[in-house]
Amino acid sequence: MSNNGYLFAAYAATWIIHIVYLGTIVSRYSRLKREIEDLKKPGVRS
Amino acid sequence: MKTVFPILGVLTAILLSYALYEALVAAPTEQTMGDVQRIFYYHVPSAWTAFILFFVNFGASVFYLTKRRPAADIVALVSAEVGVVFCTVVLVTGPIWARPVWGIWWAPGDIRLTSTLVLWLIYVSYLVLRRFSSSGQTPTLAAALAVLGALCVPFVYFSIWFFRTQHPQPVMGGGGSIDPRMLHVLLINWLAFSCFAFLVCWSRYRLERLQREVDQAHALESLLEPRRSAR
Amino acid sequence: MTAPTGITRATLLKDLRLEWRSKDAINSMLFFSLLVVVVFSFSFDPTAEESRQIAGGLIWVAFLFAAVVALNQTWAREIRNQVLDAYRVSPAPANSLFVAKTVGNFIFVSVLEALMTPLFIAFYHLRTLGPVWQLLLIAVLGTWALVVNGTFFAAISLRTRSREIMLPLLLFPISIPAILAMVQSTTAILNGEGAHFYIVLLATYDLVFTTVCLLLFETILNAE
Repeated sequence: MSNNGYLFAAYAATWIIHIVYLGTIVSRYSRLKREIEDLKKPGVRS
Repeated sequence: MKTVFPILGVLTAILLSYALYEALVAAPTEQTMGDVQRIFYYHVPSAWTAFILFFVNFGASVFYLTKRRPAADIVALVSAEVGVVFCTVVLVTGPIWARPVWGIWWAPGDIRLTSTLVLWLIYVSYLVLRRFSSSGQTPTLAAALAVLGALCVPFVYFSIWFFRTQHPQPVMGGGGSIDPRMLHVLLINWLAFSCFAFLVCWSRYRLERLQREVDQAHALESLLEPRRSAR
Repeated sequence: MTAPTGITRATLLKDLRLEWRSKDAINSMLFFSLLVVVVFSFSFDPTAEESRQIAGGLIWVAFLFAAVVALNQTWAREIRNQVLDAYRVSPAPANSLFVAKTVGNFIFVSVLEALMTPLFIAFYHLRTLGPVWQLLLIAVLGTWALVVNGTFFAAISLRTRSREIMLPLLLFPISIPAILAMVQSTTAILNGEGAHFYIVLLATYDLVFTTVCLLLFETILNAE
């Protein structure tokens, strides 16, 4: 029965890894968006 | 373009859910290993996806060295990063599967896990090089490293293969013929993960393109208006 | 064909002469190698029988560290005197420089290995059951594998931050098949077994990587 614990752990680990990576993409993207807004404002330095 | 992505996203999510159901419920239970064997349906497709991505990296690097297109460089970077992510999944699910089945987390002679580890090391070193070198030369240097890394792969495989004949090790699951129903579930999961990988690569590609445009805008700004620049 | 080999020979002789006069690198590397052997001898204290099993691995790890120390200073002199820039604008083929540097490194590391081996034999009471000429062949092929990739990656590392750590970071993963072959074949021969597969593997590895490094060196030398 504890073997199913391993099964769950493997599937969970897979999705945790993918979600963490997607999270880095999303956070970098929102940071970039903010930078672009700053660039668009005339005379404002980021 | 803007509408295609969400549609593909939803389709992929549906496909992944269906594949998960197939793997956990519909697939037949393996005789010797029991339900733990179902890790196979995540472990193997991740490995295949990682290998394909690394092959794409090799192709993109060679293309960059010959044609010097920036897009090729971005493809190389993206495929290496996403490839490393999938490779990490393989290296994490592998030991989790091995522990209940063999009683050990790792076997040095297990050709698949060990060669995957070496592959992971090679492409992580590629990403480290990209991080640590200055932007003008990075694409060329990284492409050269990628070519060497890719050429290394057959040697990795053969050296570990021979090592295994000298030091016999337990064979990881999937050796020999496979039940057609299991093959069916495996292929569905592979298709689902391939679609997922494609979408992740696409997002990362868009992010990188945007990042480079912003960097160029910054560079242009500091060139054109040095008086107002904080530096 | 004479011009490139002439340049290669000239560069190589210059490096050897400079090294012979100053003995900078060789002295520090020698002392480092001695330290490595001594530290290993305290860490692993096996019987003569056991030592034959582990000596292959120990020796090659020690050689690997010594090689990294040697490789890290490959281009140091060139950087100090802006020689690389001069080389880039000269009509001399980049490959000549690469071959000269690689052969120079090969000689340095071989000298180190020749000096460390008696120490290992003494500390670990080593005696080989297999033919010595095969051990020498593996030493030559293995050292060349480390040095050819190492010189190439040393040139790449020049353009990075943390140059010294970058070299082993890039070199080790790609050298793994070669290291596995070196260690396993050395252990096999010490124990009187055959190592033909690994020797052929090493030779093929050397051939492939020497060719590719030669093809790509000009590209990375001129990268921006």
